[in-house]
Amino acid sequence: MPAPPSPASADRRTPLRHSPALRMGLSIATAISLYGISFGALSTAAGMSLWQTVALSALLFSGASQFAFIGILASGGTGAAALGASTLLSGRNTIYAVQMKALLNPKGFKRLAAAQITIDESAAVAMSAENPLEQRRGFWGAGIACYLFWNLATVLGALLGDVIADPEALGLDGAVVAAFLALLWPRLKSLDSWALAVLAALITTLTMPLLAPGIPVLAAAVVAVIWGVASKERGA
Amino acid sequence: MSLWLWVLAACAAVYATKLLGYLVPQSWLRHPAVGRVSAMLTIGLLAALVAMNTFSAEQTVVIDARLGALLAAAAALLLRAPFIVVVLVGAATAAGIRALG
Repeated sequence: MPAPPSPASADRRTPLRHSPALRMGLSIATAISLYGISFGALSTAAGMSLWQTVALSALLFSGASQFAFIGILASGGTGAAALGASTLLSGRNTIYAVQMKALLNPKGFKRLAAAQITIDESAAVAMSAENPLEQRRGFWGAGIACYLFWNLATVLGALLGDVIADPEALGLDGAVVAAFLALLWPRLKSLDSWALAVLAALITTLTMPLLAPGIPVLAAAVVAVIWGVASKERGA
Repeated sequence: MSLWLWVLAACAAVYATKLLGYLVPQSWLRHPAVGRVSAMLTIGLLAALVAMNTFSAEQTVVIDARLGALLAAAAALLLRAPFIVVVLVGAATAAGIRALG
């Protein structure tokens, strides 16, 4: 009697178009693309040229860092301050990258490409997937879709100005919140994981008024690492 | 021209923050504690992203339509709704609250 297929091999037969992780990636990319339109519009309003705006989305490609960069310049800040804030905000991408290296370990050119598309959305989809194939599909699918949609949207926004699409009126910020919660949800299987999630959310929320934008996520990451080490020591 | 220099410097600096994580030696990642810590880190990071996207506004904490979206999404997840439905419920709730308020 043949052995029943393991979950991993059964999944290998799932066609790409039925991949749950790929679908999640495409939904998130669609939701964030309207923010790309606002970025393009705000960036040109902040005094950046079309090509500088395009360069930020194509080369820098990290939404929060991009908004920080143009926001600081628009409010009269220096180029150095804009550079510092956008780099600091990208600190969490370093942690995602370590996670992605552990999950996917891309090599050579793939590693350079993976680094460019390592952002909140691609890392979150990959981390929420259950097996290596879905993790890979989720990371590359979400990352590439976000990259394409975000850049297209940036150009649209920069050309059309701020006459279109208020993402908040459409509830797009609510869609982003729901998407991240849906990615977290399957991981909340034990009391332990609920406790950590609530603690991490609390620390993020409480430190938001005190720390520079983006840093509260790093604070939550530090607490999660300590939690992981401590639970190992008590033999959990 | 000098604005271009800052733009390109920021692009390079942010790319460096991303690449840095991929340069961590593989041997570090094989340490037994790493798997456990990594699982906790995933939960911590995702929870932090949920909180940040729900309550953040210009470096203050606000309660607005996004909290409604969060609660509606949680209800949809409890009812085992698929991912795309959860996302749409979140968007519709936030948009609905704003339209009413």
